[in-house]
Amino acid sequence: MVSLLATAAEHGTETAASGGGAMELAWVIPVIAMVSAALIWAIGKRLPMRGAEIGVAAMIAVFIGGLLVFFDAIAHINADAEWHGFEKAVTWMNFGPGSTVELGYMVDGLAAVMMVIVGFVALMVHIYAASYMKGEVRVTHFFATLSLFTGSMLTVVLANNLLMMLVGWEGMGLSSYLLIGHWWEKHENSSAAIKAFLTTRVGDIGFMFGIFVLFWAAGSFNVAHINELAADGGIARGTLTVAALLLFCGAVGKSAQFPLHTWLPDAMAGPTPVSALIHAATMVVAGVYLVARMFPVFDNAFDVALDVVAVIGSITTVIAALLALVQQDLKRVLAYSTISQLAYMIAGLGVGAYTASVFHIWTHAWFKALLFLAAGSVIHAVHSNNMTDMGGLFRKMPITSITYIVGGLALAAFPPFAGFWSKDELVVGAYEAATAGSRAGTLTLVAMLLTAFLTACYVARMLALTFFGKPRYDPEHVHPHESPKLMTYPLIALAALAVAGGWVGIPGEMNQFGRWVHYGDEHAAFNPMIAILSTGLALAGFAAGWAIFRMGKVKIDVRKTALAPFYRLLLNRYYLDDIYFKGIVRPVRDRLSAAAYWINQKVLDGAVNAAGMVAVASGRFAYRDVDQGLIDGLVNNLARLTGRTGDKLKFWQTGNMQRYAAAMFLGVATLVGAFVFFRI
Amino acid sequence: MPLNWVLVLTTFLFCVGVYGVLARRNAVIVLMSIEIMLNAVNLNFIAFNGVVGGERLIGQVFALFVIAIAAAELGIGLAIVLLIYRNSFTVSLDEVNLLRW
Amino acid sequence: MQGLVFLIVAAVSGIAAVRLVTNKNLVHAALYLVVTLLGMAIIFLLLTAEFVAWVQVLIYVGAVIVLLLFGLMLTRAQIGKTALDRQQRWVAGPVALVLFAVTTPVLWRFFDGRTINLERQTGNTADLGTEIFTNFVLPFEIASVLLLAALVGAVFLAKRD
Repeated sequence: MVSLLATAAEHGTETAASGGGAMELAWVIPVIAMVSAALIWAIGKRLPMRGAEIGVAAMIAVFIGGLLVFFDAIAHINADAEWHGFEKAVTWMNFGPGSTVELGYMVDGLAAVMMVIVGFVALMVHIYAASYMKGEVRVTHFFATLSLFTGSMLTVVLANNLLMMLVGWEGMGLSSYLLIGHWWEKHENSSAAIKAFLTTRVGDIGFMFGIFVLFWAAGSFNVAHINELAADGGIARGTLTVAALLLFCGAVGKSAQFPLHTWLPDAMAGPTPVSALIHAATMVVAGVYLVARMFPVFDNAFDVALDVVAVIGSITTVIAALLALVQQDLKRVLAYSTISQLAYMIAGLGVGAYTASVFHIWTHAWFKALLFLAAGSVIHAVHSNNMTDMGGLFRKMPITSITYIVGGLALAAFPPFAGFWSKDELVVGAYEAATAGSRAGTLTLVAMLLTAFLTACYVARMLALTFFGKPRYDPEHVHPHESPKLMTYPLIALAALAVAGGWVGIPGEMNQFGRWVHYGDEHAAFNPMIAILSTGLALAGFAAGWAIFRMGKVKIDVRKTALAPFYRLLLNRYYLDDIYFKGIVRPVRDRLSAAAYWINQKVLDGAVNAAGMVAVASGRFAYRDVDQGLIDGLVNNLARLTGRTGDKLKFWQTGNMQRYAAAMFLGVATLVGAFVFFRI
Repeated sequence: MPLNWVLVLTTFLFCVGVYGVLARRNAVIVLMSIEIMLNAVNLNFIAFNGVVGGERLIGQVFALFVIAIAAAELGIGLAIVLLIYRNSFTVSLDEVNLLRW
Repeated sequence: MQGLVFLIVAAVSGIAAVRLVTNKNLVHAALYLVVTLLGMAIIFLLLTAEFVAWVQVLIYVGAVIVLLLFGLMLTRAQIGKTALDRQQRWVAGPVALVLFAVTTPVLWRFFDGRTINLERQTGNTADLGTEIFTNFVLPFEIASVLLLAALVGAVFLAKRD
């Protein structure tokens, strides 16, 4: 694999030298995906496969284009290790001197690597979905949105300025929303879509304000310009800290980090190919990508910025891995595992392990897409998401099972699978930060090692419950069988990468990946002690999981042990959803309706009776004050004030257009008058 | 010719148009008043073109665009008036209060 | 000479505009509009904007007035003297007056002493065409799309179902 890529890279040098640089045309690639979306919407319904063929063809073009760009970029990196990337832009909007918005793209090692990931996973998912979604409702719509998503993601990857990145970012949010709610006839699905949309939006507010802060400080939206200024000390460190923390809010929302992680498990309501493409391999890593893209901003801010990143990542990775351990739904296990692995990358960035984090994006994309697609194949076969309805599928579905196990082992980070190499580098990065005296680094190291154990444990549980043991599905109605070839071929291709994909980043002289993507003079040192420790922990975790769930060697009913409260806590997902619902959703919603009812009952009726009942009313007010407390009173009074003001003000809304116009012209006259008064 | 003469005329016409829009109840007359306001603006464009335009005729080009947009506005406006008339048999703006609370 | 003509025409169009918004006969109002717009066209000519002046005559006096008259007929406006004034003069009058009273002094002070240069722009239809079709091609095309959209919209709104 390494030598293959190396030869390809040499080949790339030749093409670049002969002047046909593929990077010049990189902007075509997102456009292809967007055009594909438009085409599918326009004519997809009339085609035999209802638009899937357009999507697959476009994704082939996107993937090939991504590869060409990738090799071109590698050729430049090989020629010049300090190559900073290729950038090209035209003016999009001009707000006067010094504030132009560009429409442009930038290819560097990071973007090139992401292009390959997005292109390949999107292609595999499209092929798989062509079979998986056959005969489903709204297939055309599904493929169009899938293409739209790919185009948006590529826009984010290639964008040379933050505004364009935001456009792609929101495009992804939109297509994610549409796809999670694909089967919107079921109420849970549509509410999951709304939840995902609103939760990520919370983070996006931070992202937008981060962009504003950076524009205010740097006078430009251009990523390279901002990064250069940040690195040269052209922006005050305090400003950078604020900007970094705000940008990180966006990453927390999009990459489903604590405390905004609750949307991702619910997003599994979407079709499985969507989960594989969007909620595992690509969109959710956009948050990590954002932090990596703007890394100079984080790195040159006060230490607190990266420490926050590391701490959030550490918290998330452990709590999500614990949650994955108790889920019954196969896709939810994978969802929590995704959150946990994303947090690994985030924590890695937090301790400065830049290359390792991006490398983990790379390996994680392969094995997590594989796991999701294989899980989809299993779910297709047994018609259930629950692992309690599976078991003993190994003989029935050999290809699915073997590829799934490969993906699971890569996730658990056993050598020589892909996950090992990236995870090991991350742990080494945390170790180096910890030995350098960073407390956040120590926390991250502990969290990462703990997660290594937990990950292997839930992988063992998942494999044991799904593929081994006695069948628990209903043999009368369910006849599991291998999925069609269109579904298994992508599995095999991804499985090959889940094994070999990590070999491009083997530490030492052979480390290609570290040359493609690096920040400063960072080098990943291989630490045999760390490798042995983390692998040992993973083995122990796997053994423990296997012993409990497959062999039945350890028979414990957690509900009866001292761990019972903890187990309940996990089952209820730390009550976070409840807290959000009871603390935010319900009060806002119910108070509003209660306040409206209250006004109706008490204020209006009360006004009539008020004259005779002043004494009673004051007593009741005291009672209510005690009973409902200060906050209720405040909310209700505010609502009453609003209601009364509205009652008065509504008479201004006469519906008479001419009176509105009169007000408008009076306003104009007032403005002109003010102008006269103050300026002349 | 002094610029001020033209400016006073345009301001006057514009204010007459404002009065018409605010005071008349017949929607068609209101549309006519709007045309007067737009024409006042056009005259401003042309007058200023003679002051600051130099060799170029940008002000006149703008006047032409204003005429085009005024035509579009009038077409749509009359269509809406006809629609309102068909639905409620009146074109008196004080009787059309769909925007009311 | 030019100034004199301007003053006369301005006075005529001004009075016609005032009559337009105050008289009670709707058809007369349309005719007063014709007078106002023709006056404006003459002022355009005085300011050497020939092409705009003829466009004004063709489009406004030709098309717009006819359209407005049709509008009046189709809405069965009573032709003749009817009290069609809205009971809103007490709002409209002051607003218009205040606007005029406030704006005029500002303009007067700002632009006092500036004159309109009429020598440089003779025979300008060719120049105008060059300007539109070189520097303003895109707005021109957009204006055509706008007109098309207005056409379709008007047909859609006004057609009987």
